[in-house]
Amino acid sequence: MAFRALLTRRTLAAASGLGANGGVATSFRGLQTFSLPDLPYDYGALQPAISGEIMQLHHQKHHQAYVTNYNKALEQLHDAMSKGDAPAVVKLQSAIKFNGGGHVNHSIFWKNLAPIQAGGGEPPKGSLGWAIDNDFGSVDALVQKMNAEGAALQGSGWVWLGVDKELKKLVVETTSNQDPLVTKGPSLVPLIGIDVWEHAYYLQYKNVRPDYLKNIWKVINWKYASEVYEKECP
Amino acid sequence: MATATVAATAPLSNGFLLRRGPNEGAKSARSLQRTKNQRQSASSRRFGAAVITAKFDLKPPPYPLNALEPHMSANTLSFHWGKHHRAYVDNLNKQIVGTELEAKSLEDIVIQTYNDGDLLPPFNNAAQIWNHDFFWESMKPGGGGKPSGELLKLIERDFGSFEKLCEELRAAAATQFGSGWAWLAFNPRPSDGKELLVVKSPNAVNPLVLGYIPLLTIDVWEHAYYLDYQNRRPDYISIFMEKLVSWDAVSAKLEVAKAQAA
Repeated sequence: MAFRALLTRRTLAAASGLGANGGVATSFRGLQTFSLPDLPYDYGALQPAISGEIMQLHHQKHHQAYVTNYNKALEQLHDAMSKGDAPAVVKLQSAIKFNGGGHVNHSIFWKNLAPIQAGGGEPPKGSLGWAIDNDFGSVDALVQKMNAEGAALQGSGWVWLGVDKELKKLVVETTSNQDPLVTKGPSLVPLIGIDVWEHAYYLQYKNVRPDYLKNIWKVINWKYASEVYEKECP
Repeated sequence: MATATVAATAPLSNGFLLRRGPNEGAKSARSLQRTKNQRQSASSRRFGAAVITAKFDLKPPPYPLNALEPHMSANTLSFHWGKHHRAYVDNLNKQIVGTELEAKSLEDIVIQTYNDGDLLPPFNNAAQIWNHDFFWESMKPGGGGKPSGELLKLIERDFGSFEKLCEELRAAAATQFGSGWAWLAFNPRPSDGKELLVVKSPNAVNPLVLGYIPLLTIDVWEHAYYLDYQNRRPDYISIFMEKLVSWDAVSAKLEVAKAQAA
């Protein structure tokens, strides 16, 4: 698409106006559809923490499939709604939750990661760093807590660092499958999400999810997390 | 249509889509499975007053780890059986030490810790042991082909055709979101006369907990196929149906199920 070609990867990454929707939206019959957002770095840029093979599959296959299926579900929903077909509308909710959630979550995930030379792994400074020390004792303690909860999650899901924008408190939460963080609390805003679906790590770490969790912190983009936090807790 | 996702189905809070079986079903399922007690090892040694017991063993597949090549690699088996399945066994043994569960069969532990959907901590490990034991038995080297005899007769009666069954099984396996399993199961007390049904279940849940008798399963947790097929779950499912599934094993399990339901 010509519009997308005008945007560089970095511009896309910096365009916070895209919000949680990630990729560029286009209009068709008044229905907004979605497309796969570009990564703000090369597939191999997060090695050795996350292999290039995983990044490419994860982005080009898994995330793309969520986008494709989300768009399909939205079209079907649009149809069902215009026909007033209530059972069909209700039946589509799980497809929307799975695929829309997958798109939302992965769009955040790519921004949560950064190559080491772009600041990946650098601990948070400023107000987020202070809030972490206050709520968890230290960044290390937070990391241990998130790793423990991520490792203990049964099946597929995510482990999150979020901020409750009402209470102005940091929280650690897990969600199953592709449930976004907001399903755990309407005022929760995701700062960092770590994908613990097996596709996120299996080719490299096999069954040893704890090793994946230990290593991913080397490429976590605390800068982005701080930006989101400062927006919610100015 | 004997699929478990017809309109009469009520989705349970844990997402397990299935027709509800009567409560008596669960009881008969438990007694049916007691024959499997033979599989358990009660290797215990006494040291003075202390009893050291490894209650459950890691049962190997009924074929060498490379026997399913090239459809399911030895590499996959070495992790799937050697690491994942082994971990469920080790972890359950640790979890049940000193509890009343130690005295129970694996099936009893599964049903008791399912706790009507309010899962107790040992459920995940117990059910996953059961599920993986069953999964290895659902495959064989040189598998695939078509069922025959009584099994084929019932399939044609309850699904219309073998092709229709395959379609439903593939669809269930492909659409189980996240981690889980797809099953062919036997309902000992069908309200509509259809004894065979296809079900899908999330994470560790299996048809035992609702009083059905599993006949066949395909594991669709990503670890089951990712090394060989990456994201291509539909390809994995196709190969499972065409090259791996052991209809002999399904027939044998059907015979047991029918005998005990009679």
